[in-house]
Amino acid sequence: MNGAPLIDWDWITRNLDDPIGTRLLEHLYLSFAPLLLGLLLALPLGIACARWRPLYPPVFTGVNVLYAIPSIALFFLLLPYTGFSAWTAIIPLGLYTLAILVPNVVSGLAQVPDHVRQAAVAMGFGPLRRLIQVELPVALPVIVAGLRIAAVATISMVSVASLVGIGGLGQLILTEGFRRQFPTPIVVGIVLSVALAFVVDGLLVLAQRALTPWTRDRDPVARARPRTVGAAKGGNA
Amino acid sequence: MITFEGVTKRYPDGTVAVDELSLELPTGQTTVFVGPSGSGKTTSLRMINRMVEPTSGRIAIDGQDVRDRDPAVLRRSIGYVIQQAGLFPHRTVLDNIATVPLLLGWTRRRARDRARELMEVVGLAPEQAKRYPHQLSGGQQQRVGVARALAADPPVLLMDEPFSAVDPVVRTGLQDELLRLQQELRKTIVFVTHDIDEAVRIGDAVAVFRAGGTLAQFSTPERLLAEPADEFVEEFVGYDRGVRRLSFFPASDLALRGDTVLAAETPSSEASAIARAQGEPWLLAVDAAHRPIGWARALDLDRAAPGSTLGDLATVGYGHVFRVGTDSLRAALDAAVLSPAGRAVGVDEDGKVVGVVAQAELGDALWAVGTDETPPAGAVRP
Repeated sequence: MNGAPLIDWDWITRNLDDPIGTRLLEHLYLSFAPLLLGLLLALPLGIACARWRPLYPPVFTGVNVLYAIPSIALFFLLLPYTGFSAWTAIIPLGLYTLAILVPNVVSGLAQVPDHVRQAAVAMGFGPLRRLIQVELPVALPVIVAGLRIAAVATISMVSVASLVGIGGLGQLILTEGFRRQFPTPIVVGIVLSVALAFVVDGLLVLAQRALTPWTRDRDPVARARPRTVGAAKGGNA
Repeated sequence: MITFEGVTKRYPDGTVAVDELSLELPTGQTTVFVGPSGSGKTTSLRMINRMVEPTSGRIAIDGQDVRDRDPAVLRRSIGYVIQQAGLFPHRTVLDNIATVPLLLGWTRRRARDRARELMEVVGLAPEQAKRYPHQLSGGQQQRVGVARALAADPPVLLMDEPFSAVDPVVRTGLQDELLRLQQELRKTIVFVTHDIDEAVRIGDAVAVFRAGGTLAQFSTPERLLAEPADEFVEEFVGYDRGVRRLSFFPASDLALRGDTVLAAETPSSEASAIARAQGEPWLLAVDAAHRPIGWARALDLDRAAPGSTLGDLATVGYGHVFRVGTDSLRAALDAAVLSPAGRAVGVDEDGKVVGVVAQAELGDALWAVGTDETPPAGAVRP
């Protein structure tokens, strides 16, 4: 490393398609899939907890305990079953998002004003229609706020997955960078990972604005009050 | 007609919210449920559209037991307005109003056309259509709530303290609007409030509930004020019920005198002579268009400089007037009480003086009302 520049632009140009481009796409996929999985699990779980409140404390404890398991341990635990497939990363990362998404779904539904819910019942909405047409749309800003936190946390955590050789920008940092004592891939990996988090977060904000036009001229703090659940991102490395 | 037959609501913890309620609410009329909190008025209302299920007894709309119908389908045929309007924050004003028609399977276009029509009916400007509820004032939100309840043209309208969250001035406006709407629509309205003044103002009939969910009295507002069934009702309606009851009697029955109303140009000496002949201490001066100018004291007329006119001496303000054709006895009494001359000035629709009435003469009319059994046909609204 001595004397070598931090960034070797030549290396970047040579490796732009592969491994940089490939790893970036892998990273994107490895972040998106757990988010989708997490959302698909968190929605029914959160809806069930909001409807039957006694269910919430055990579920809340459960998802937090999951979050407390170090990711690296979970990866190795899954290896015998899922091998070096993407599932080895997707399943743990998806489960982690539950710790953020479930509480947000529950509090999003809980903050639907009672008079709105009562009015929906009185207008003749059945339970399912009420959920889909009234309660979930009203809860959407809070759910999206949770999704933003989960997205950023997942994008950061995917890097760890490369410790078990599953790919993503972490692979760039680890294999190309540390093993070879070569700083450029490390810098590229970090910068792209952060940039990805920024872009995805921005896209989610835009998506929320498009989906919830009624919140646009409201107090921005009230609009996207994120319901954080204590654990900071990266706590699982 | 909505019928309650021995309806009781008992909660699992033993609380009785409604106790053996039997009532008949006539079609096309407004019935108000009024009472202190915990008297079961809202519970009773909610049993009509099955938001609450009775423990025993039967509720029927036009003879059909509400429990024979699917709750969601039943509710779509009953308009519902609640406190704070309960508007959907994620839907525009137009789509809020179109809610029930859309649930009933109307096309979006037809539902929105209907919603636009209703915005006009409840007095909302067309440019409000694309707004969201939080962009409206409390009064406007309530109007949207009423429009939404009326959208599918339900024969029955349930209103649960709809106007209690808005300020008094807006509330009075909304009440007027509801009375005007009801004149046209003739819905069977059940209206819950804890405000007896609102009950008396809105209702064709008033059911007073007492704590424990029993019915204390069910009668017309006028009878309620004239003859409270017991001490509880008497206290609940308030001790100024005698005066408030005057709202139900028209001022047009009053004998107004015109002989003490004179043109401002009348010479003082002549006016003085008239006052003495009538034995009246006050004369009202009017302008050429017969509009009131002010009261002149007979004593001042006696001492007036020669050549002066009644108008020169009419310096005592006439206070506020009452409209003979449309106002009630209460307005006439109020005008007389507030007048420095102790006399109320009655005017016609154009503001021309019809005549005046002194407090003493009003007293006779009030006595007559006190002994009347029912208000005369065409009684005015408070």
